[in-house]
Amino acid sequence: MTLMWILLLPLLGTLVPLLAAKWNRSACALATALPPAIALMLVLLHTEQVLSGNTVRFFLSWIPLLGLDISIRLDGLAYLFSLLILGIGLLIILYARYYLSERDSMPRFYAYLMLFMTAMLGIVLSGNLLQMWMFWELTSISSFLLISFWWHKAEARRGARMALTVTGAGGLALLAAFLLIGQVVGSYDLDVVLASTDVIQQHSWYPILLVLFLLGCFTKSAQFPFHFWLPNAMAAPTPVSAYLHSATMVKAGIFLLARFYPALSGTELWFILVSLTGLATLLIGAYLALFKHDLKGLLAYSTISHLGLITLLFGMGTDLAAVAGVFHIINHATFKASLFMAAGIIDHESGSRDMRKLNGLWQFMPITATLAMVAAAAMAGVPLLNGFLSKEMFFAETLHQHLLGSLSWVIPVLATVAAIFSVAYSMRFIHDVFFNGQPKGLTKTPHEPPRYMRVPVEVLVALCILVGIFPAYLIGDLLHAASASVLGGAVPEYSLAIWHGFNLPLMMSILALAGGTLIYVNRKHLFDFQNTLPDMDTLNSFERSVKSLIARCDQFYQWLDNGSLQRYMVLVLLAFIVLAGMPLLELDTLWGGRDELPIDAVNATGAAMLLIAAFATVVWHRKRVVALLMISVVGLMVSIAFTRFSAPDLALTQLSVEVVTVILLMLALFFLPHKTPKQSEAPRVVRDISIASMVGVLVGSLSYALMTRPLSSISEFFLANAKTGGGGTNVVNVILVDFRGFDTMGEIAVLGIASLGIFKLLTRIPVFKPSSDGEGRPWATERHSLLLSTVSQSLLPLAIMVSVYIFFRGHNLPGGGFIAGLITAVAIILQYIAQGVDWVKERMNVEYQRVVAIGLLIALFTGVASWAFGKPFLTSWFDYFDIPLLGEIELASAIAFDLGVYITVVGSTLLILASLGKMTTSHRPVHKDTI
Amino acid sequence: METLFACCIGFLTACGVFLMLRGRTFPVVLGLTMLSYAVNLFLFSSGRLTLRGAAVLGTSEQYADPLPQALVLTAIVIGFAMTAFLVILAIRARADLGNDHVDGKLPESELSKKESR
Repeated sequence: MTLMWILLLPLLGTLVPLLAAKWNRSACALATALPPAIALMLVLLHTEQVLSGNTVRFFLSWIPLLGLDISIRLDGLAYLFSLLILGIGLLIILYARYYLSERDSMPRFYAYLMLFMTAMLGIVLSGNLLQMWMFWELTSISSFLLISFWWHKAEARRGARMALTVTGAGGLALLAAFLLIGQVVGSYDLDVVLASTDVIQQHSWYPILLVLFLLGCFTKSAQFPFHFWLPNAMAAPTPVSAYLHSATMVKAGIFLLARFYPALSGTELWFILVSLTGLATLLIGAYLALFKHDLKGLLAYSTISHLGLITLLFGMGTDLAAVAGVFHIINHATFKASLFMAAGIIDHESGSRDMRKLNGLWQFMPITATLAMVAAAAMAGVPLLNGFLSKEMFFAETLHQHLLGSLSWVIPVLATVAAIFSVAYSMRFIHDVFFNGQPKGLTKTPHEPPRYMRVPVEVLVALCILVGIFPAYLIGDLLHAASASVLGGAVPEYSLAIWHGFNLPLMMSILALAGGTLIYVNRKHLFDFQNTLPDMDTLNSFERSVKSLIARCDQFYQWLDNGSLQRYMVLVLLAFIVLAGMPLLELDTLWGGRDELPIDAVNATGAAMLLIAAFATVVWHRKRVVALLMISVVGLMVSIAFTRFSAPDLALTQLSVEVVTVILLMLALFFLPHKTPKQSEAPRVVRDISIASMVGVLVGSLSYALMTRPLSSISEFFLANAKTGGGGTNVVNVILVDFRGFDTMGEIAVLGIASLGIFKLLTRIPVFKPSSDGEGRPWATERHSLLLSTVSQSLLPLAIMVSVYIFFRGHNLPGGGFIAGLITAVAIILQYIAQGVDWVKERMNVEYQRVVAIGLLIALFTGVASWAFGKPFLTSWFDYFDIPLLGEIELASAIAFDLGVYITVVGSTLLILASLGKMTTSHRPVHKDTI
Repeated sequence: METLFACCIGFLTACGVFLMLRGRTFPVVLGLTMLSYAVNLFLFSSGRLTLRGAAVLGTSEQYADPLPQALVLTAIVIGFAMTAFLVILAIRARADLGNDHVDGKLPESELSKKESR
């Protein structure tokens, strides 16, 4: 659990600065530093365990089926990174307290910083791939927030966008890689993955997943050709550059290389991709760093170069190279963070970062200058400093690799060249800024920073020197433990001594120092040459390409989503034709071997009427009333078909729905034009007819193929258990209210929602009053017909009685809640038609929304009631009772449920029709003289 | 009989699809209604055609498949709810937008025709 707190404390820490915003700045900084300080102590508590080679784990199962678990895992590598993240993080908090001006929102800055810290710790401590990925994305997001901290500056916003785009895209590639690894290995657990080296490497997906994985690593760690975002991220406040863009976040990609080193490395592909990318980045970064006039620009390219160096080390594939890589991670973090902070101090106290203006600062800030010079010397690889040690190891390893066959000698040569440039830009940093004459055109007189702003730099520089002099004593154990987890156990023999005798690596170091000095002295020629090359404005060209990409996507989207429903329908139908047609093409014969029923005269007549009516609907579809009449004939024929083929329940339902639908559409025609204007051009009609016929042919064939195949259905179960289990003989009804009661419940809910939606759509509808039909004939002004009103009044009780009968017999004979509800609704609607809305309202003032709600609640409570008896939701119960006069009657809980269905159907239907009908009456012209 | 039944389903589908491809709301509603007839018949037919075999226990020896019937029964009712919703939506759109085209605006070819008139 203490492991969990290492992550939770910084997360809670994001709130601390916001809560402490009211206090003074020092108190706010102190409060912010508290949670990471405790977390650092918690990490240190595990020192003994980790350094002796153990892995500490914390596991919490979350969604095991998806491989999503909360898994925290502290081994040597994670321990090393946690120390870096929390240690340097604390120094940065102190530094930022003095760096940020009064105008900057310090709580906001600290909150982002803590969020980043959490994310970074999450990556290094994750024991689950998906969890790791989530934190990985969180670092991209928090980095975006931090780079754009000064959002009023355009370059900060654009730099932040660029960083997010590049690292975010890499994050997607990484997710794909993790998913593939999860598929290949069968687990997202890091321990399992690391132990499945052979499974992963022998899988045919290995090349794909490796490339995706490396894309994620390289974008994050600013490797060529994705390095361009890092210099642009320098628009961030300097504490951010020092923390994210040199010490921690850009190391995340390298961390991943190290983390998955046991599982993914060791193949030819890994060597080629990783080492060549590293080498290219190393060279390009070192070369370009020399020409940057901006202090932070120089440091940014130098960071790129050093990241390339570490990548190259991990790409070489020897165990010692990996150890050297881990060692250089530590060293680079210390000297580069201190250099950035020194650059920040210079910027802060002199008002400029331009090395053409900054000269001779030694006289103004000797202490800072000394510190920066020591750190820069470490960067250059001067002996007695930590950078020297790892660089020596790096040189030694370049001599031992055989990556390029007989051309392998090129690598040490290129490494020396990069080192020469590294010395040259380090010298430039020292000489240009602190010596080289007097400052030019500075806005303020430089001076030493506040005392405590220097403390973080002092601590880190002290580490550089101490590690440089007593390497084995200070970090020997840490390096060993971290290397052990990178290499998966065995660590080769290595020596951390300063002096290894006069050997080739030392010669290379000496050559680098001499060559670097030479280049720096003669830099003028090189600068002249560089000035002749075209200047690359990565920020603008990136923005342009992103904009044109967005524009092209937009165009495509406009083309695809042009707002035409007809077009969408055509696309959907074409897709249907393809998808449904393909399997039919593979079928040998449509006929499935089942004998057909004979055709009799009744069926033939019915079918003919159906076909004619459907055809007539289409032909006369522009005369809307005629089309409506025709389609009602189709509906009638459909219900007759149901009767014919042994589905009485369906027939009854279809018949009553038909009545309601026709009334509804008639009412609708009051508001809609009665004729459709001729609109479609002939080619459009031809196209539509062909699509329609193709769909029709497909559906018809499908249906024929289905019907002629032998039936194997689960219905045997329903037939066998309807009486014994559900207490009814009408199997369809028993299925509805009992076996599949939950489905029915959902369906009446849909019905209720639809009717409420309609009710809402009709409220406050803009008044639209047609006073005549489409051809200009005024609406009839007669009141309701006497004959109809008399008949309908006497029909009402009869109809209600019929529906009650249908309702009760439904469990055993055709009928039930749906049908009874529709019959009741039709009877009441008849009253509306015959007597008018006002007449009905006087006698039956019911709000139908409430009826719908009551119906749904009854159904719901019937279901819930079974919980009271310890049964699952909607378990039904029935028994038989002998009631005088009525005889033996069966009472089932399903009846109550069916009552809910009945009430919902009545309520919904009336809500729909009465709401619409009310509007037609209120808009109808009233002739006073006829009343 | 199955052939005829399948022909009817296919023809209803074709008519429904054709109407659904029209540009005005009312024919589209009619098309949808027609299509739901076809779909209901199709679903119903997946239980195969049975004469004189209503799924009421004790009334016959060979019962029709009750499960598709139960599904179609609710489908009919929900189909009505959806048709109703669509119709009201069409009315509302007509009231709000002033035309009954499915896209909410008249296509340009028609607008220019109106202007030239």
